[in-house]
Amino acid sequence: MEKLRRSMMFVPGNNPGMLLNAGIYGADTIILDCEDAVAITEKDSARNLVFQAISEINYGTEVAVRINHISTPFGWDDLKRILPAKPDLIRLPMCQGPDEIRQIDEFISEAEQKNKFPAGSIKMMAAVETPKGLRLAYEIASASPRMVALAIGAEDFIANLKTTRSKLGRELLAARGQLVLAAREAGIQCIDTVFSDINDEEGFKKELELIKEMGFDGKSVVNPRQVSVVHDFFAPTAKEIDHAQRVLAAYQEALEKKSGVISLNGKMIDLPIVARAERTLAYAKATAGKGGK
Amino acid sequence: MKNSIGREIPEFIPGLGKVTGFGGAFARKPVGRTAGAALSTCLPRADKLLASIETAIDAVGLKDGMTISFHHHFRNGDRILNRVVEAIAKKGIRDITLSPSSLNTVNDALIPYIEQGVITAIETSGARGKMGRFLTEGHLKKPLHIRSHGGRAQAIESGAIHIDVAFLGAPACDRYGNINGIQGQSACGSLGYAIQDAAYADQVVAITDNLMPHPLFPISIPQTQVDYIVVVDSIGDPAGIASGALRYTKDPKELLIAKYAADVMDYSGYLQQDFSMQLGSGGASMAVGRFIKTKMLERGITGSFGVGGMTGVFAEMMEEGLFKMMFDVQSFDIPAIDSIKKNSNHLEMSASYYANPHNSGAIVNNLDAVILSATEVDVDFNVNVITDSNGVIMGASGGHCDTAAGAKLTIVVAPLLRGRLPMVKDAVQTVVTPGETVDAIVTERGIAINPKRLDIIDNLKNSGLPIMSIHELKDIAYKLCGKPEAIQLSDEIVGVVEYRDGTIIDVIRRPIF
Repeated sequence: MEKLRRSMMFVPGNNPGMLLNAGIYGADTIILDCEDAVAITEKDSARNLVFQAISEINYGTEVAVRINHISTPFGWDDLKRILPAKPDLIRLPMCQGPDEIRQIDEFISEAEQKNKFPAGSIKMMAAVETPKGLRLAYEIASASPRMVALAIGAEDFIANLKTTRSKLGRELLAARGQLVLAAREAGIQCIDTVFSDINDEEGFKKELELIKEMGFDGKSVVNPRQVSVVHDFFAPTAKEIDHAQRVLAAYQEALEKKSGVISLNGKMIDLPIVARAERTLAYAKATAGKGGK
Repeated sequence: MKNSIGREIPEFIPGLGKVTGFGGAFARKPVGRTAGAALSTCLPRADKLLASIETAIDAVGLKDGMTISFHHHFRNGDRILNRVVEAIAKKGIRDITLSPSSLNTVNDALIPYIEQGVITAIETSGARGKMGRFLTEGHLKKPLHIRSHGGRAQAIESGAIHIDVAFLGAPACDRYGNINGIQGQSACGSLGYAIQDAAYADQVVAITDNLMPHPLFPISIPQTQVDYIVVVDSIGDPAGIASGALRYTKDPKELLIAKYAADVMDYSGYLQQDFSMQLGSGGASMAVGRFIKTKMLERGITGSFGVGGMTGVFAEMMEEGLFKMMFDVQSFDIPAIDSIKKNSNHLEMSASYYANPHNSGAIVNNLDAVILSATEVDVDFNVNVITDSNGVIMGASGGHCDTAAGAKLTIVVAPLLRGRLPMVKDAVQTVVTPGETVDAIVTERGIAINPKRLDIIDNLKNSGLPIMSIHELKDIAYKLCGKPEAIQLSDEIVGVVEYRDGTIIDVIRRPIF
């Protein structure tokens, strides 16, 4: 089972209290943010705090850093300061093409060598937030073996589309669909954008239902309260687990009987259904005891 | 002498005399008889109505050295206590012992009267704000005497507190002295903390802004106990008496702690059909209700009763049929006040019924679970709710040690860190609730179960919750924050913390500021 990234929780990189407590909510990945959550005048202090946090605090889960884009005056400095602390993952915002990924990959390789970290141990992911980035999504996803996920950043993307964000999310439908296709083709994960109205739990759940159906692996979250909601949503239900177990039992029985046709309750079962059942059970096993927060 | 939890208590405390040290939560067996009010009479057709507070002070014959009492049901909206003391001061009366059920920040206005020697002793649940700091500096003739709500009822009934005059704010009072707390502009709901005062004080003065025709209905405090009535413009500020509906916290850390606490209650086996519980009014402890409610609905179970200071959150659960009854000693918000007015299964109870250890059975003894807050806890599971990290008085004992002693499962919720300070320590500054009555400490980073509760430890084994020893929990806090420096203390005792049975569990020494 690949690394779970149901919830990727942003934490402002310049807030010591939040940095200290970021690990307690059970998010699969914590993203220490040096970009949008941090005012321009605070960029250097955020960078230093994030370095200290990664060095000193045992978060007990994957720790990512969202750096500023490398075209800004801050991106390379973020990497320079933070890579020696060995974050698990670097998240690049506003990714416009594979060259950016390759440049950062090279920079990380040098840092790994210099700090005697195993080669390739620091992973990468990229957020697509422009039509150009979306068009090049597959190239971005496959630009480096470090790449583990693509994400979509909705607010900038929608601004670029010259529309507004709606409750139903129709404006994002094409982009989300394309992003999932690109990520799947490259064999990496796909993470949905944040839902920023933290008090609208119903709207949040509707959006979770949509992205789960579309094939996303997880969601970026901005508030710790959203973590358990996401985990509940991604956990297979008892009914799904039961069905998967029965599918596999029927499959096993058919194998033993050397029967060519497999059926469960009068419905034909073919290999993709078996594969899905296996995935459901593996997922249930991986999430068991990890959804309690 | 060292008491049974190892706290150094002098046998003789200046101002209090010889004291008995705490010997265990149920060690002290009461002897003797209950005390009683002075006999009185009221002739037919006599008029209890007096013109003013000043006239009432004359009528009761208040003198130097007497003890006067008040209830704190008006919280920060109280307009009685400060006004009565002001009137007493103007009359030149000195050396008064003040015995309110609790003090709020509105009572900071009493500080000048302590400086002038009008008030020389205070017996209450706790103090906050400027008053807390002032009392920590040691300006009283006697140490501040802290009692829990159950302990205060016990002390009144046993005669350890003898109230000469109770001045009781009455939201509704008829011309012959029947009182309730649910009608009028200053309605506060339950008058639970005033019930012992009315029954045991030598004389009772009702102060009201809502004089009603006789007979009042319903009656919380009967005319047989009320000697005089004074009508004033306003006894309380509604905005300070009760907030609008108290809402669940949105703080993710408090919610996480609350979720853990609800899970502990669940896995411990106490969340069963017809269970009973009390929720503290702090953010995390109140939010436990939200998670318990979800679990009850999922499992299709209903509870028996709720206890304590009541909120609309509990009233709502009762109205939805999730609980049969509520026993209310103090109504915290407007929905709770509305509920006690309209729901016949929302009962007003006295502090003695609530929590007195020396009667034939207080309702806390019937509690399955209680969720309590804490200022700090220690590796012996002792809890402090009275002094802050500088040793300054800033809280109240309330029903903390009473419910902890009574309930089958006592869960204390607290953040592991507050700012830069660990809240699980080697030793708390002041013990209010002894560790022997605490079963679980729940923080955002881990849960510790009292090692003597092997049954709970066993039940939680496969819960997936972050269970660890209390020492491990403390170590996490110390690793993040460092070990806090000990507070430098003088030898002067500025406060004593009395356990509910009348023994001294701890003393508060004046910090060297």
